[in-house]
Amino acid sequence: MNETLVECRDLRKVYGRKTALDGVDLSLGRGRIVGLLGPNGSGKTTLIKILCGLIQPTGGAAAVDGRAVGPYTKSIISYLPDRMYFADWMRASDLFDLFGDFYADFDRKRAEAMCQSLGVDPRDRMKTMSKGTKEKVQLVLVMARQAQLYLLDEPIAGVDPAARDFILHTILTNYNEAGTVLISTHLIGDIERVLDEAVFLKEGKVTLHDSVDGIREKTGKSVDALFRDVFRAQPMEGGAF
Amino acid sequence: MEWKFSDDRPIWVQLSEQLARRIVTGAYPPGSKLPPVRELAAEAGVNPNTMQRALAQLEQDGLARADRTAGRTVTGDAGVIEAARMAYARVNIDAYFDAMADLGFSRQAAVDLAREAGT
Repeated sequence: MNETLVECRDLRKVYGRKTALDGVDLSLGRGRIVGLLGPNGSGKTTLIKILCGLIQPTGGAAAVDGRAVGPYTKSIISYLPDRMYFADWMRASDLFDLFGDFYADFDRKRAEAMCQSLGVDPRDRMKTMSKGTKEKVQLVLVMARQAQLYLLDEPIAGVDPAARDFILHTILTNYNEAGTVLISTHLIGDIERVLDEAVFLKEGKVTLHDSVDGIREKTGKSVDALFRDVFRAQPMEGGAF
Repeated sequence: MEWKFSDDRPIWVQLSEQLARRIVTGAYPPGSKLPPVRELAAEAGVNPNTMQRALAQLEQDGLARADRTAGRTVTGDAGVIEAARMAYARVNIDAYFDAMADLGFSRQAAVDLAREAGT
């Protein structure tokens, strides 16, 4: 088992005229919780989708556990997409069946226990659930796998602050200790304490990769405050025509 | 006791201070077993590696001891705990004098006022 779990080298992705990833170099170790932080449109979802094998990079290479993205890497990655993808007639328990069929590392007992602690009844149909509850079910599915890499795309975006705490707690208490969790978000204040490392993505490039406490030590600022500084929108300066 | 964090300093430093405070105040009594890292991390809502680092600092300060098999225990050495307690007292006293100086009180005046308030 090599020390590096995720390795991206000069990763590029171009959609037509728009460059989503502009030469991303990134190395992630094992047993870490990493925040992938950037404003909307900075390339977070694109990077995650490439690691999942859902889209192909235009250039560069991505490897997980020393192997190029492919069937093997998919088997060790648990992915939480940024949107819902289930049929709404399904019950949470149907989804457990589905995941049990698809993934050898899906732990159904654990999923049921997590549902219980999150106050979700697995017999409820998806369409009767609130947005927050649906997100919890999705998270349960993803965290109940014994994966090596968890890719969570905006797991806390659509839920209230109390549910957010619950979700973070669920991530903290359920991830596989030998595994790495990569969480993309722009809501940094809420998750900062949970992270080992922060990766700043700006216009398709990695502009910073350091430990959260390293950032605090060096800058005397929280990652959240630093993020606001780095990504502060430049207001239009009028009158310069 | 609630865990509280400020934005300007490393989280592990703040964790280790708050753990030390719990030992000094007897919330974790001398010689008792500390909860496992994961449990403490979940309770404080922080990353387990960060909590690990905070606990390592406690060990370095002599307030806790790691046993190979039994996890971590609070030191049974009353002297070490007392010294930490005095260090905390010192911090509070300094903060008091600083705040009083801001208000324009001399050190002596601050002492006199404290004595008056204490009787």
